[in-house]
Formats: sequence, structure tokens, C-alpha cells
Amino acid sequence: MNIENRYWQKDIECMSREDMKKLQDERLVAQVKHVWDNVPYYRNLMEEKGLTPDDIKGTDDLHKLPFLSKADLREAYPYGLLAKPLSECVRIHSTSGTTGKRVVAFYTQNDIDVWDNCCARAITAAGGTKEDVCHVAYGFGLFTGGAGLNGGSHKVGCLTLPMSSGNTERQIQFMQDLGSTILCCTPSYAAYLGETLHEMGLTPDDINLKAGIFGAEPWTEEMRSEIERMLGIKAYDIYGLTETSGPGVAFECSEQSGMHINEDNFIAEIIDPDTGEVLPEGSKGELVFTSITKEAFPLIRYRTRDICVLSREKCSCGRTLIKMTKPMGRSDDMLIIKGVNVFPSQIESVLLKMSDTTPNYLIVVDRVNNKDTFEIQVELSKTMFSDTIKSVSDLEKKIGAEIHNILGITAKIKLVEPKSIARSEGKAVRVIDNRKLV
Amino acid sequence: MTVKQLSVFAENRPGRLAEMTRLLGDKGITIKAMSIADTKDFGILRLIVNDCEKAYKLLEEDNCAVTLTDVLAIKIANKAGGLAEALEALYEGKISVEYMYSAFIKEHEDEAYLILRVDNTELAVKTLNDKGFTLVKQDELVNFDHE
Repeated sequence: MNIENRYWQKDIECMSREDMKKLQDERLVAQVKHVWDNVPYYRNLMEEKGLTPDDIKGTDDLHKLPFLSKADLREAYPYGLLAKPLSECVRIHSTSGTTGKRVVAFYTQNDIDVWDNCCARAITAAGGTKEDVCHVAYGFGLFTGGAGLNGGSHKVGCLTLPMSSGNTERQIQFMQDLGSTILCCTPSYAAYLGETLHEMGLTPDDINLKAGIFGAEPWTEEMRSEIERMLGIKAYDIYGLTETSGPGVAFECSEQSGMHINEDNFIAEIIDPDTGEVLPEGSKGELVFTSITKEAFPLIRYRTRDICVLSREKCSCGRTLIKMTKPMGRSDDMLIIKGVNVFPSQIESVLLKMSDTTPNYLIVVDRVNNKDTFEIQVELSKTMFSDTIKSVSDLEKKIGAEIHNILGITAKIKLVEPKSIARSEGKAVRVIDNRKLV
Repeated sequence: MTVKQLSVFAENRPGRLAEMTRLLGDKGITIKAMSIADTKDFGILRLIVNDCEKAYKLLEEDNCAVTLTDVLAIKIANKAGGLAEALEALYEGKISVEYMYSAFIKEHEDEAYLILRVDNTELAVKTLNDKGFTLVKQDELVNFDHE
């Protein structure tokens, strides 16, 4: 099968650089005007810099505009960055179940259509057509994973199986019975499906999968080979974030060497995370997105905190869309564990409720058999300790339940003796990540 | 009519108990009774000592999570049914035992000492006194230091 030249929207995916820049210029100018007129929060930020929409004549002026950060999104929660009347919005999505760091994004019907097309490009690049059976095992709900790929699959015309995650044996049974050809889920779940397949005494020959589209968490080339071997597929990366829409901001093509950014909808910049200065192409820095087609929740110069490199090198797939590397790290302290964004400050807020002072703690993350393990060691303070086993076990359970409540994932809570967690140069080490993902 | 018990949180790792008991031993603390309650990841070491304030300070300075609890130290007859008599007395008084362990102390061969934590200490003291049991007081613990 020749998948080299498959495009969903060839005119855009293979657009000349000049035409793309022209399109971006027009869309950016219109978007800045739209935001200026409808989002007082951002208008204030522009005014503070002495800017009006007239100062922005195209992408060359983008660097003049102020950044938006996650802190802005929290401060503006829930409606502060909304640019359309609610009556024109048809849906919301939200970042993974967190309370302290919640972000709610709004979509008009047109936003959904644009997003679906972005995901359709990803599915098509992975070889998908209307003849395919697309098995969507991302979570459905507020999380964007399920909805995004589901929408893209509909656009392409695949027979769509909205499986959501979990119930792994049933997933495999559906793959067998309904002949799933494309799998969409997190890479760790793909690996788990592969292991379960083998545990059930089956081989890739017993299923019909040919490709997988995996994202929402960091993964390595080793993991890619492992998944490809276990499931007998080609595994493609996909990138996105709820703030800008969801998966499909960027997607991998047959070359499997970086992800094409859907530049007709998102302008990407790389900045120095410390100074905010825009860095030349090929530099490693923080990825910043401006969504130029989003109607309900347009973000101008949103700092993703993901560290990566952009490249315009010619791609063998024929697409001219700029490519980004897999995120190589973060410019903040966020961790992605089991596909969920975790900030150490969230752990702190839970622990603060258990004691008068925040106890010293350590987050230990590892990946065992392609699955994340998540342990939180907490130094038991005198005020937290009482004489019985039950009270100590109850405390462990209470911390565990509260963490689950806030993050939506389970952590193993391990209480340890006071002052037993190592300090480095007086400063507490908060995270040990043994996953070696980069 | 109660005695102070030290409870120390201890992670399950080799040498931990040796460290703690050495720390106390080197400073002249003698252990009158002890028990360990354990789970997969941690244990609680419970101690009755001759000088609980000093021991508490030593453990605290050593960064241990340590707490003091009032428990009962009761004398029972060192014979068949001796323990049952004491527990029956508590049962009749509708008092629940949360945990108990035996002490190393004794003055005579025909007696034994038990450490008890109950759900209602005050009521337990009254009940046991009424039934004629002897409870050890904090200051009496030192009297057992006669080796």
C-alpha cells in the first residue's frame, strides 16, 4: 500500500511557503481584531504594551504581542477568555481532572469542524481511509483525546469504534470481531493492549491492525518499536493540548520523524523560556502557539511549556507544514504521569490539608513494562502520627483518595520517617523521574 | 494510674530497630515492655521505659516520629486463667482492648504484667480497681529497675 502520498486536505498540507504565510498573515490580523473586540482580558494585556490591532499587520509582527500562560487561563476561568457568546458555543473540554489547575476550553461548531479536520489529517497520514475501522481507545469525556480522534475518524468516514479506555480484553475482542485497522490511544495503553494480546495467547496475525495514532503522553523510540512489534503496526505520534483544541495540533507522517504542525490553524514559535525572546528556526526552546482559526477560545501566543525544536526541512511525505520534534522536556515542573498532567504543587496542596505545615515529600515516577508507576513518599510529621496502625493506614488511604480525587489517577502513598527524604544542598528534591523518556 | 508509652514510627528497613534501641541503651534507658505492630511498609515500635521524658527527647532529636500515649500496666496472676480474669473484668465493664502486650517486669514469680490500650482508659482504671486489680503507676516503673 502506498501511503506516501495520502493527504486529507492536500491544498493546505502541501501549500507553498509563500501561500501559507499569506494565509497566516490574514488569519492572524483577523484573529487579533476578534480578540481585541471580544476578550477584554487580552485587550488589557495588549494595551499594557501600548498595542492596538493596527500594529499587527501579519506574522512578522507576532513577536510584539503579549504571551498567555496557564496562569492567565486559570485567572480568567471560566469565561474570561471566551470570545463568542455562549449561545454560539456547542461544547467544552477541560484539562485532566485537576482542581487547582483547571482549564476549560470552549468550541463553536466551526471550531469542532476545524479540529475534526486536523485529526482527519492525522488519520489519513497514518494511512486511514473510509475503508478503515478506527478503534478509539482514548478516554471520552472532558478529556480531548477520545472526542478529537472520534471526530477525525468520522470526517474520514472510517467505521468508528468509540471504545474509550479500559476493559482491555473486550477491546481485543472487538478488534478481532470487528476488524479494527487503526488504533488511537495513549502509547502506554497501546503497549498494555499489546501485552494483553500476547497474554491471551494471540499474535498480531490474529488482529487486523495496521496503524496506531498515539499521543497525550511522552514516549520513546524504543517504546515505538516495542508497540509496533507487539501489535504488528506502524505507530504514529500525535500532539495537542486542550488549550488550543486537543490532539491534532501536530501529527506524524509516514516518515515518522517529527510532527507536522497544522499551520493553517496554529502558528508555532520557539522562544527562550527565560527571556521570552523568539529563537531562530532549529533552536531548542519553548513552544508557543497562536490559534488563528479558533472562534470561541482563541489563544494568542500561548506558552505550552513544552521544549522542542521546529524544522522546515523538506519532508519526503510531500507536506510543507513545519515539523516539531517530540517534546524533549518542560520549562516548568509539570510531569505527565499515566497521560495526566501533574504539578508537584497539586501534591503539596493535598498534603497541606493533612498537616499544619506541608510535610516533605518525594514523587517517584518510573516506567515498568511500558506502564507508568507513580509513588509519593511523604515524611510523617509528629502531628500526623498517632499510636495505632489503623490511624497511620487511614492517613495513607486519605492521602491516596485525595490525590486520586484531584488528579484522577492512583498513586502509591508511602509514609516515611521524618527527615529521611534526601535534601540536595538544603533544597528538597521533589521529583525523581526514572523513565528516561528523552 | 496509667503509664506513658512511647510509640515510634519505623520504616521497614534492616537495622532500624537496632539503631533506635542502641540510641536509648547508650543513654541509660531501660525498656520495661515493648511490642512491634507491623505492616508491609512500616511498623510502630511501642515502648515502656524507665524514663519516658528522656527517651522521648532522645528519639525526637534523632528525627523520629514519636508520640506519647497513656496506657494501662496491670498486674495479673502468673497462672492458668490469670489473663482471662483480667480480660473478663474489662469485658464486663464494656471496655474494648485496642492492643496489648506483655511486659518484662515482675517482682515475684507468681505475677506477670500486661500493657493495655483500651477505648476508655478512665473507665478501665475504675473497673479494674473495683475488681481488685493492681495498676502500675508511672513513678513505680523505676522501682522495677533492680538488676
